[in-house]
This record gives sequence, structure tokens and C-alpha cells, in this order.
Amino acid sequence: MSEQGQRIEVVTDQDVVRVRQLVRTLAVAVKLSLVDQTKIVTAASELARNTLVYGGGGWVEATSVDNGRRKGIRIVFADQGPGIADLDLAFTDGYTTGGGLGLGLSGARRLVDEFDIVTAVGEGTTITVTKWCR
Amino acid sequence: MERVPVLKIGDILLVSIQIDMEDQVALQLQEDLADRIVATGCHGVVIDISALDIVDSFVGRTLATIAAISKVLDADTVVVGMRPAVAITLVELGLSLPGIRTALNVELGMELLARERADYDDEEEDADGEDGAETPAVFTS
Repeated sequence: MSEQGQRIEVVTDQDVVRVRQLVRTLAVAVKLSLVDQTKIVTAASELARNTLVYGGGGWVEATSVDNGRRKGIRIVFADQGPGIADLDLAFTDGYTTGGGLGLGLSGARRLVDEFDIVTAVGEGTTITVTKWCR
Repeated sequence: MERVPVLKIGDILLVSIQIDMEDQVALQLQEDLADRIVATGCHGVVIDISALDIVDSFVGRTLATIAAISKVLDADTVVVGMRPAVAITLVELGLSLPGIRTALNVELGMELLARERADYDDEEEDADGEDGAETPAVFTS
């Protein structure tokens, strides 16, 4: 069961800040612990920046979810950019094509409970992450 | 675009980041600090991040770059006030901020810089003294 999500178009640096603020608000609302709030907001910041920098922009949608036992927050990051040709390489710590530290994708995956990625070269990338309350 | 203020206190530049920075603001801070270090001749930079509820890899990298630039410009950087949840998240993200000095708060950060500067000045004096003593010995032997 999930509620209506809130969507933010990601086109500029400022939109990445708005994504952080939206995720923070939702994380507080579903009562994630302080450390888990920090982790999900950090992961959202990394992935939203990827959407902007590597995907050429896109959108982010955040929703509070409830599986009957636990509450949580689910966030989708979608772009119609170049896609990722080699996922194993993209998830390697330190690998980057954009001059960053190469920690965004691999680091974000470590900070969430569920991580799903769908990507196709030339079509874009969609990443869905979920963080559950303990 | 917002700007993070840089305050001069004696021989130290103090930066307290109070806003959720967009990437451009972080890059601007990097430039502003380099300019102010050169303009003031300050030997220390204290960056207070106690108001930040997250530090992602971009901000982490910016802090590391600021520390490296300061070092080249003869100033030491101390990052102070990191929240516990931020420290936990940073390490899990894979960012342990090598090369960055940290202290728990502004006061301890300023003490750390003052102590290091004093040690550094002592070493300089010692080195001068040894040179003075050794030089004649080299020539007479």
C-alpha cells in the first residue's frame, strides 16, 4: 500500500536541494530514526545528482509506503539519458565517468534497504530505492 | 545565488555553513576561501558544519579540496562540528575524508590550529638555530 507520491523535476542544482528537502520531510513523517533519515537523504542527494549530471535531468518521485508491518519511504529517480552500459563497472567504488569520486551509485546502494536499477543504453536509467523503519 | 560568509578572527578564517548548499554555492565557497587566505595571510581555516544534516560525496569532496588548496596556500584546515549521524553515513557511503583534520567544535578546532602553528614556529626556529651552528663546522672541517 502506498500513498500518492510527490514528484520533482530535476533540471538544476537547486532541484537537487529540493529533492533533499522533500525526502527529509517524508523521512521525518514516517518516523525513520535520525541515522536512517540521514542515510536516505544522503542517498537521495547522490542519486538526484546522478540524474542531473549523468542523465541530463529527469524527475524524482518520493512516496511514503507501508507493507502492513513497517512504514518506509520509496524514491524513484528517472532520466532519459545515455543509460549505463556496464552496471558492474558503474557499481565499482571509485569508478566515475563524470569527474566525481565514483561513490554515488555504490555508496547510495549501501545506504538503503532495497535498490533496484533498470537501465538501457540510449534510453535512460530508472532507480528505485526503499528505506524501512526498523 | 546564496553565499557562505567567511569571517576573519585573528589569524583564522571561520566559515559556518548554515544553509543546504547547492553545488554551485559549495564551489563558490572554495574560491572565496582561496581568495581570502591570500588576501589576509591567515594560517588557519575552521569550517563549522554543525548545522548540516547531511554531507554527501560532493560536499565531502569540496571539503577535501578546500583543505588541499589551503595547504598549498600555507593554511591548515579543520572541519568541526560534524553530527554523529553524518559521520556514520559518510563512512558507510565510503567517504572517510582522508587528509581532513577534524575537531568536535569551533573552540577545539581553533585550539588545534593555534597549537599546530606554535609547534611549526618552534620547528622553524630550531631549524634556523641548527643551521647557524652547523654551518661553521662544515667550513672548518
